[in-house]
Amino acid sequence: MPDPAPDLSALARARWRVAITLTIAMTAVYFGFIALIAYDKPLLGTLLAPGLTLGMLLGVVVILASWLLTWIYMHWANRHYDVHVDRLGKENEERGTRSQA
Amino acid sequence: MTAPMLLQAAATAAPATRIGEPNVVAMGFFFVFIAITMGITWWAARRTKTTDHFYAAGRTISARQNGLALAGDYMSAASFLGIAGLVSTTGFDGLIYSTGWLVGWPVVLFLIAEPLRNLGRYTFADVVAARLSQTPVRLAAAVGTLATVILYLIAQMVGAGGLIRLMFGLPYETAVAIVGAAMLAYVLFGGMLATTWVQIVKAVLLMFGAFMLAVMVLAQFGMNPLRLFAAAAEKYGAGVLAPGKLVSNPLDAISLGMALMFGTAGLPHILMRFYTVPDARAARTSVFYATGLIGFFYLMTFILGFGAMVLVGPDAIKAVDKGGNMAAPLLAEYLGGTPVLGFIAAVAFATILAVVAGLTLSGAAALSHDLWVNVVRRGEANATEQLRVARGATVVLAVVAIVLGIAFKGQNVAFMVGLAFAIAASGNFPALVLSIFWRRCTTAGAVSAMLLGTAGTLLLIWLSPTVQIDLLKHTQAWFPLKNPALVTIPLSFAVGVVVSLATGGSRSLEAVDRFANAERRMHLGGAAGTG
Repeated sequence: MPDPAPDLSALARARWRVAITLTIAMTAVYFGFIALIAYDKPLLGTLLAPGLTLGMLLGVVVILASWLLTWIYMHWANRHYDVHVDRLGKENEERGTRSQA
Repeated sequence: MTAPMLLQAAATAAPATRIGEPNVVAMGFFFVFIAITMGITWWAARRTKTTDHFYAAGRTISARQNGLALAGDYMSAASFLGIAGLVSTTGFDGLIYSTGWLVGWPVVLFLIAEPLRNLGRYTFADVVAARLSQTPVRLAAAVGTLATVILYLIAQMVGAGGLIRLMFGLPYETAVAIVGAAMLAYVLFGGMLATTWVQIVKAVLLMFGAFMLAVMVLAQFGMNPLRLFAAAAEKYGAGVLAPGKLVSNPLDAISLGMALMFGTAGLPHILMRFYTVPDARAARTSVFYATGLIGFFYLMTFILGFGAMVLVGPDAIKAVDKGGNMAAPLLAEYLGGTPVLGFIAAVAFATILAVVAGLTLSGAAALSHDLWVNVVRRGEANATEQLRVARGATVVLAVVAIVLGIAFKGQNVAFMVGLAFAIAASGNFPALVLSIFWRRCTTAGAVSAMLLGTAGTLLLIWLSPTVQIDLLKHTQAWFPLKNPALVTIPLSFAVGVVVSLATGGSRSLEAVDRFANAERRMHLGGAAGTG
């Protein structure tokens, strides 16, 4: 995180950047796979080992990529995002009590 | 003719499978499942006293439980029986669907789950309406929700009728009525709490059933999946391990992929599940679990499909059901005889029940919470009235589901699941994303994105080869793609943006004050306070 103590709109921007980057990564992986199915079927039929074609391997890679990307997001959100959310929430409550007093 | 020859003739004439005959084991498992789920419903009914309980299980479901329930809500009979069937008859091509149905989940996690939990109460319309005008947004969102839910329900009910007729030997209408009645009992009395636990029980049964079959298949191939695939290639040609005929038009493939990927993030019954957990963090964690479970499940269906191809054979599978849907049950029968077949049949039934219960509940929420409470009564309905209307709406939807299920008997409804995903992706998803993340999104922008996305999808499906050529037997179609998502998703986003820019100023109330407020709630949740 570039800014150690971002305000809410900076945190919102950071979350949006992470969310959109990961969404684009997932989209690229999946549509890369679909585009190969659509435009280069013979390539995906290449036999890598008896019983395993490149297409099947890439299909499994798409599933593994989904797992990896959700894990990356979880990791980021638990380590960085939540810390700032907790801090901002506390500040918000303190402001609320002060303004009531 | 001598006696042994007669016996031999009788043996060859006898059907090779007992599918379609009343199966005592299946009946037994089915009654146990009904008994357990009705027990759960009775328990849940005593805890369902307010609309928070009815729609959101009192927000008491843990992340792990919700992960299982999401998987149970999502893995329909279409994905269990359908993908195993597709793989068993075409090989590799089934993978296009299973990956497509999985990659929507990360998108739900990154863009939708947490903001939804923090901004809404019961429906996704709550989120879009959070900083926009209630009435138009809720009317438009209800159109998208009900279109998605009813199409999905028709597909499930028609599938249920056919499957149960095949597996239990019951008449189609009886099967549809049983599914409708059981689902009505869960939702009407036990609300979201009963629905959640039915989905959890179903997810565990389905994962267990698929895992058991996968292990039994692999045991025949030295526990090595590659030996199974190699056996398939040896028997039916190397083509079964490569992309085949399912995708002939490249744009069709991309369009279908878009509907599957972005549709998940707009399915009302899936989105509604995020309200059942205590906070946004639990919503996040539950998608993580669901993605793991669903991905693992699709890996197993791939093994089951190839297992059925090698051990049962595509011709034997198609002889029982042209669509290949009986591949997994036939495989179960081959591997474990009538007891395992009975278990898998009961699991398929449980699968359908859990999905239709979730669909009905989300449709009922759109009717009662969005249309009645917030549009007709302008938010003035008291708690008793809200709960009564929610239950009334549940009965209406159950009756609609049964009537449409019977009305569409014998029709090819497979395209309706694709259509439901296309509407969810083009009607619901763009408006959700724009209203959550884009400051300048206005009421008119969100409403036109939802209405044009839904109407455009319906129109283009009507003009597509699926309806014009396959259904109406015309010689040509006006619109070339089988699934319109490639056109309708960008169209919906574009309309939302253009109309928002035309109707709003960057200094409007919606854009400045209310967005700042919504943004604070979206990130801070309960700690944001009311200011």
